[in-house]
Amino acid sequence: MKIRTSIDEAINDIQDGATIMAGGFGLVGVPEKLIEGLLRKGTRNLTIISNNCGIDDYALGTLLKTRQIRKMVASYVGENKEFERQFLSGELELEFVPQGTLAERIRAGGAGIPAFYTPAGVGTQLASGKETRGFNGKEYVLETALTADFAFVKACTGDRAGNLVYNKTSCNFNPMMAAAAKVTVAEVEQLVDTGELDPNFIHTPGIYVQRVIECSGYEKRIERRTVRVSGGNGPCH
Amino acid sequence: MSLTREQIAQRAAQEIESGFYVNLGIGIPTLVANYIPDDKHVVLQSENGLLGIGPYPTEAEIDPELINAGKETITMTPGASLFCSAESFAMIRGGHINLSILGGMEVSAAGDLANWVVPGKMVKGPGGAMDLVHGAQRVVIIMEHCSKNGQPKIVNNCSLPLTGKGVVNRIITDRAVIDITRAGLVLKEIALGYSVDDVQLVTESKLIIDPLLKTIAVQ
Repeated sequence: MKIRTSIDEAINDIQDGATIMAGGFGLVGVPEKLIEGLLRKGTRNLTIISNNCGIDDYALGTLLKTRQIRKMVASYVGENKEFERQFLSGELELEFVPQGTLAERIRAGGAGIPAFYTPAGVGTQLASGKETRGFNGKEYVLETALTADFAFVKACTGDRAGNLVYNKTSCNFNPMMAAAAKVTVAEVEQLVDTGELDPNFIHTPGIYVQRVIECSGYEKRIERRTVRVSGGNGPCH
Repeated sequence: MSLTREQIAQRAAQEIESGFYVNLGIGIPTLVANYIPDDKHVVLQSENGLLGIGPYPTEAEIDPELINAGKETITMTPGASLFCSAESFAMIRGGHINLSILGGMEVSAAGDLANWVVPGKMVKGPGGAMDLVHGAQRVVIIMEHCSKNGQPKIVNNCSLPLTGKGVVNRIITDRAVIDITRAGLVLKEIALGYSVDDVQLVTESKLIIDPLLKTIAVQ
């Protein structure tokens, strides 16, 4: 029921003007095959909610080049010349959200909480115009939940029931996004039969995932390759 | 003599106590990890979803899906744990991180911090800094004492857009260690070769001199 056999089929009902969440932090845990599908499909006027916006020639950055993104909601958008150009020329709308607030707004969206108070951003331009309230002598700003028409998530392993397991720091925004969209499409590196995943170690329960597609040929780009000399203690961190 | 970047990092590492959970910002703060002595048990948090950052990997150990918040390839220490971004910022916002060491562009006498908008450059966004400055139990800022054109970075009021209001506990610069207190800025330590007057001259706000004023101890 949930399994799709092609990316194009998995995203064929996405309309112009849709709001789409895309998992990933930097280039890790990015649903790159689904984003490539959007590029092929040419869907326009998109609102994208994602921590970053890829780099010039990879992931969400490619949708900027083709001017498919109308608005970006993100916490950090460095390493992207085309983003800078479109934003400065007024072609692209941008909403900055503190990273923890972004994560929590998405979590709230999937958890049925319409808004919440957080200290992050109080007294800064990101809280201007927003309601604030004091609790126990500290000021907090009211932030609203985020939801989307579609969420694109990337997992290491998925099963036919839609259960997902992520690898290391590729988890990041994927689990909250899976819960916060009307339709969640998961691209996985390995699809296994229902019952093969240990229920003790499932990160995203299948209830949040409507479509699963197994993909291959992941490039797994590295943004900053930092190494220590073999055998040495090397710098820690 | 002004402290080098490495010496600032070395001094900042002295803020870390055994048993601490610590978040280090991108840039010079990342270097702080190099100066944590082996006999201190410290767990480093990375806000993209890891407790227990280990050394950089060898070429053979590189895993493209294991990075820190600066997007550098890393390893995990034994006992590390992985989680999603909501969990990561819940532990930050919830006050479970003992210490955050971050970079700064301006700090005010009231502890306001500006560090997310670089003058004359495209604004890249706050990342996790706005959450960290409120969530961590203690916030230490490390930065040069003056800007590139010699202007004080410790000021009465920040001119750059704020990251947080009243959030900084201590500033460590290449010339001094200064605490933000209710009474005002307290000069705690001074770099070898500088006088109190030298430091006051490049600090916009009036400094209160700690009676136990020391020389910054670095190698």
